[in-house]
Amino acid sequence: MTKKTKKKINLVLSYVVIFIIGFAMLYPIIWMFFATFKTNEEIFGTTALLPNSFSLQNYIDGWNGTVIPYSKYFLNTALMVLPTTLFTLISCSLVAYGFARFRFPGKKILFAILIATLMLPNSVIIIPRYTLYNKFHWLDSYLPFYIPAILACYPFFIYQLIQFMRGLPKDLDESAYIDGCGTFRVFYQILLPLMKPALFSAALFQFMWTYNDYFNSLIYINSVKKFTVSLALRLSLDAESVVVWGKVLAMAFVSVLPLIILFFAAQKYFVEGIASSGLKG
Amino acid sequence: MQKKKKVRAYRKRDYQAFIYLAPWLIGLCVLQLYPFLSSLYYSFTDYQITSKPIWAGIKNYVELFTSDSEFLTSLWVTIKFSLLTVPGKLLLALAVAVFLNRNLKGINLIRTLYYIPSLFGGSIAIAMLWKVMFMDNGVINALLAKIGITGISWLGDPKVALVTICMLEIWQFGSSMVMFLAALKQVPSSLYEAASIDGAGKIKKFIYITVPQITPIIFFNMIMQTINALQTYTSASVITNGGPLKATYVMGLKLYKEGFSYFKMGYASAISWVMFALILVVTLLLFRSSSSWVYYEDGGDF
Repeated sequence: MTKKTKKKINLVLSYVVIFIIGFAMLYPIIWMFFATFKTNEEIFGTTALLPNSFSLQNYIDGWNGTVIPYSKYFLNTALMVLPTTLFTLISCSLVAYGFARFRFPGKKILFAILIATLMLPNSVIIIPRYTLYNKFHWLDSYLPFYIPAILACYPFFIYQLIQFMRGLPKDLDESAYIDGCGTFRVFYQILLPLMKPALFSAALFQFMWTYNDYFNSLIYINSVKKFTVSLALRLSLDAESVVVWGKVLAMAFVSVLPLIILFFAAQKYFVEGIASSGLKG
Repeated sequence: MQKKKKVRAYRKRDYQAFIYLAPWLIGLCVLQLYPFLSSLYYSFTDYQITSKPIWAGIKNYVELFTSDSEFLTSLWVTIKFSLLTVPGKLLLALAVAVFLNRNLKGINLIRTLYYIPSLFGGSIAIAMLWKVMFMDNGVINALLAKIGITGISWLGDPKVALVTICMLEIWQFGSSMVMFLAALKQVPSSLYEAASIDGAGKIKKFIYITVPQITPIIFFNMIMQTINALQTYTSASVITNGGPLKATYVMGLKLYKEGFSYFKMGYASAISWVMFALILVVTLLLFRSSSSWVYYEDGGDF
């Protein structure tokens, strides 16, 4: 066997392994998609992947399966997720600008605190936050999501944006100052446009995390007419004594679909955001 | 001119920083530091949400560790969960990243596809999918039967249920893998070349060059994943609801029950501080040991 054929065999084997791992990883999602067309009898006790028929009945039944149709839950989710994402971007980029471009007294300590809060677990602060929101009568609204976003309580994104901003040449600011720009104009007109990739990736992650969130929604939202999709899914699981899984999975699939579409539309930013987030410098 | 600038400590403009930091400073005080300290205070009180906190000393903690067997179970389950998922996820992510770190065609597509499970994080939809797939007569057991393996009671057997939930977590190794891949790409190839000249084999190169070069990112991942693992809630709640026989009863469930079903805020705060202490201990241990195994190019200067 020559070296060349050996290399070729190696390559083919690599692709086989990659394919097997990939298939095993994606199988649950593929299975989920087909299961949304199945009856309970087809879901259980068989390995058949394809359903007997591609009837949309599960989707129709699931969509109207709870007291309120899913369109309302999706609307609620959008009302919760989109402003939260927008507020996070605005506040975190402003704070990042403050850290990355100014030399002010106490900077070292404040930056150390920022890094420390990266490791502050949600569980430790959730009870006082809850009682605080209760006092302010913010429970059962989306304010418990908006307010932390407005007040930049997401150190992860601040840190990411600081790192990105540090990579932008400081001469840009200096020359703008000489031209008579104020600090806000430098931020708004010069730095912000350059930060688009970092902002976009922060937006994607904040969108994804808020969209997937279950624990906080469960705690802060209690009336059904304000439920998000996550809470509605739980409702549909508990609603009936015999769960029609096709229906439940159809709605579960509809709920993950926006993420999948978003991911494929913007995968570059996802992967780059993740790749840079953990790297130093 | 240059010198003058250095002497003058702060320019007027620099104080404007505080305008930009203002939202964060308020958020830090009101929504992070205040809750942090008051939950510590609450943990030493009797506090129902309707009444005022009454000082109770270490009563809550004593109760947790001496008479609340449910809590001790949850503590143990959470530790087991973290010990299974964090190394499991990171080792798998590292193995796959090393395997993919070659000149392969279509690497971007592969990376993308492997990332997909990570999209769903702690979402309830995926927990539901897991539940239906791993039921006794579900598709996993059906697939196993096809290759001649008798099915396991994935959700009903107290010995297995936790592993089933851990598998959901480990399945989402894609995001760590992407980070590792990016780190592997940054290892200077000159190091490998030099090692080749010295006659190092593939395994030696991996142990002495690759691993040391990417330890910072492994370290970062370990801390973040541990913090997440210790707080896990959704999957255990949806898939098994803590059962069977409390085998998957993680601390997140206990915290929710005491705090938001019974509204025993003082008691729940004590639970959250045990959780925090656990996170603190793990993080400190990792940091302390890090000097001996984490390699920083610039000497660890942040």
